[in-house]
Amino acid sequence: MKNGNATICEEKKVLSILVDNEPGVLSRIVGLFSGRGYNIESLNVAATTDPNVSRITLATQGNRAIIEQIEKQVNKLVNVIKVRRMAVMASVQREMALICVSAKADHRAEILRMVDIFRCKVVDVGPEHYTIEVTGDEGKLEAILSLLKPFGIRKIARTGICALNRESKHRR
Amino acid sequence: MELTGAQILMKVLKEEGVDTIFGYPGGVVIDIYDELSRTQEIRHVLVRHEQGAVHAADGYARASGKVGVCLVTSGPGATNTVTGIATAYMDSIPMVVFTGQVPTHLIGNDAFQEVDIVGITRPCSKHNYLIKDINDLANTVKEAFHIARSGRPGPVLIDLPKDVSAGKTAYKEPEPIKMRSYNPTYEPNKKQLQKVIDLIMQAERPLIFAGGGAILSGAYDELTELARKARIPVTTSLMGLGAFPGSDPLWLGMLGMHGTYRANMCTGACDLMIAVGARFDDRVTGKTDVFAAQAKIVHIDIDPTSIRKNIPVTIPVVGDCRITLSHLNHMLKTQDLDALATRTQPWHDRIAEWKATTPLAYEQKDVIKPQYVIEKLFELSKGEAIITTEVGQNQMWTAQYYHFKAPNHFISSGGLGTMGFGLPAAIGAQIACPDKLVVDVAGDGSIQMNIQEMATAVQCCLPVKVVILNNGYLGMVRQWQELFYQKNYACTCMEHAPDFVKLAEAFGAVGLRAAKPDEVEKVLAEGLSVPRPVIMDFAVDREESVYPMVPAGKAITEMLLV
Repeated sequence: MKNGNATICEEKKVLSILVDNEPGVLSRIVGLFSGRGYNIESLNVAATTDPNVSRITLATQGNRAIIEQIEKQVNKLVNVIKVRRMAVMASVQREMALICVSAKADHRAEILRMVDIFRCKVVDVGPEHYTIEVTGDEGKLEAILSLLKPFGIRKIARTGICALNRESKHRR
Repeated sequence: MELTGAQILMKVLKEEGVDTIFGYPGGVVIDIYDELSRTQEIRHVLVRHEQGAVHAADGYARASGKVGVCLVTSGPGATNTVTGIATAYMDSIPMVVFTGQVPTHLIGNDAFQEVDIVGITRPCSKHNYLIKDINDLANTVKEAFHIARSGRPGPVLIDLPKDVSAGKTAYKEPEPIKMRSYNPTYEPNKKQLQKVIDLIMQAERPLIFAGGGAILSGAYDELTELARKARIPVTTSLMGLGAFPGSDPLWLGMLGMHGTYRANMCTGACDLMIAVGARFDDRVTGKTDVFAAQAKIVHIDIDPTSIRKNIPVTIPVVGDCRITLSHLNHMLKTQDLDALATRTQPWHDRIAEWKATTPLAYEQKDVIKPQYVIEKLFELSKGEAIITTEVGQNQMWTAQYYHFKAPNHFISSGGLGTMGFGLPAAIGAQIACPDKLVVDVAGDGSIQMNIQEMATAVQCCLPVKVVILNNGYLGMVRQWQELFYQKNYACTCMEHAPDFVKLAEAFGAVGLRAAKPDEVEKVLAEGLSVPRPVIMDFAVDREESVYPMVPAGKAITEMLLV
């Protein structure tokens, strides 16, 4: 591109996409990303309170021009109702993870302390493991993961980012 | 009132103004064919291969501006349409393709002739549907036509399971279309238009670059008015040929990889480029970071994704090309156009010089030059024929030497570059315009890709003409091998080809051949005047190449000339 410098730096962006809740719609979105060589870092989908509409939250990466194209291309799909870019400051972004960590007898107390500090929950207990539910922004998840790593993470399932724009603080 | 799915389909098709379906029957669409045979208002054209059906519907759509329709069976019938659908998608051609599907209870079971055609065509269609409930049929078909023809047009596929077309339901009139998720922008933003006017009035070296969108939106009159009023020279992409009269002094010829010298030089030197319904394809831009490097670019397009996809733009205008240009023309009325004309005069002088020093040229000696055939075709048809092409050298020479006067007369696979497109497209165009002369300009390679459709032309008494520029090579690839692969003509020589004259006769058509330059005019005159399908085989210079040529990855102004 001509005015290259401004567009080189890659950024992570979260898109919130409202779509018709129909078979094949997710495939259209995912196919668009793979077909055009865009990245999907994480993605989650579920119906909204309107059963005909689903919300997809998708995290992607690219320079400014690519993000602009992604937004336009997604918008162009016939089943897409609305696309919003979620700015970090103007939105609430959360991710949930289930982490199954090895918990031998001499580590159990320390792991539980961490669970407490990070306000996580233990949702499954065994003689040699805990499964921990953690919710937070990306930084929090990365932090607890790095702290648990030395004990041995057996399995992990992450939801990917889920986001909503913040509502106005003032009454209209 | 109880109706079958097939009856509902025919009812909606008639309401949508469909008069022709191109198709090929098969197991799961027999119910539809049964009903179609009783539907007087709709003509069915039986092709010889499903790919031919889609290209014919495409040619019909491009010549008429209406939605092309085809109908095929499931499985291989459906997969054979994929190339045609992708062709129409790349060139934004309105089309609705009906494919049969196995009964809904068998879907997913690998039934006989089952294929997930909706999955296959998702990335190459504007939209597609699998109808599982007969009660959705009427609304979905209506919606499909709406999507195909509105906004940036494109092909829409509808997959119809056997039990949906054979089933019965109490028929309800389709509801008016309401789609909260699909709403193309036709009216441009007025503030943006004012900025465009300001740029035009400041320009010293303006240039209009029109693409296929100018044709699709019907902007011929508005574009011509703008160019003449503000005295702005015009170039077009391959898809834009015919959007501006090829006889006008402001016409520069096509730009791009095989564009004219002056069109490409103008692109490099202009200070304002007004792009109308173009998408800056790599065959147009060459190296993008030096494309129109001195210019402010105005980009008018109904599809926001076309804007800033390949080229940074100064003023984006999202809207219908015809509506946008008509606003601009209106706004120009209050401007001082004489002052503009005085300021741009040196620019016109420079263009005249480029035209004089480096025109399109070839030398007709003792072997037939392909360019000569096209020039004679232009003369004898008075430039009024509908010309379809195949893909390759034949396509480029046609674009260079047939000076199209009007839109919807040049029908060619621009985006996808589909060999085998021209003959079935000519069949579709001839059905759309029965009184027009329709000619497919072909190479000996590409004509063999869908030659079976000659039988369709003969059966339907369609007097399409095929001009074969026969060089015994896959000429465009051979040209690249000559220039960039040290003349290693790997697998591009067609050592054996059928005798096209006898082949034409075997199909029940007329076959003619010209081997020497002095036979060209006679063969063309005879071939064009016979009211039957004709194949004309011209033995042309085997190693003639298309010039100018911009090598891949080079700037558009770095042309190889003869």
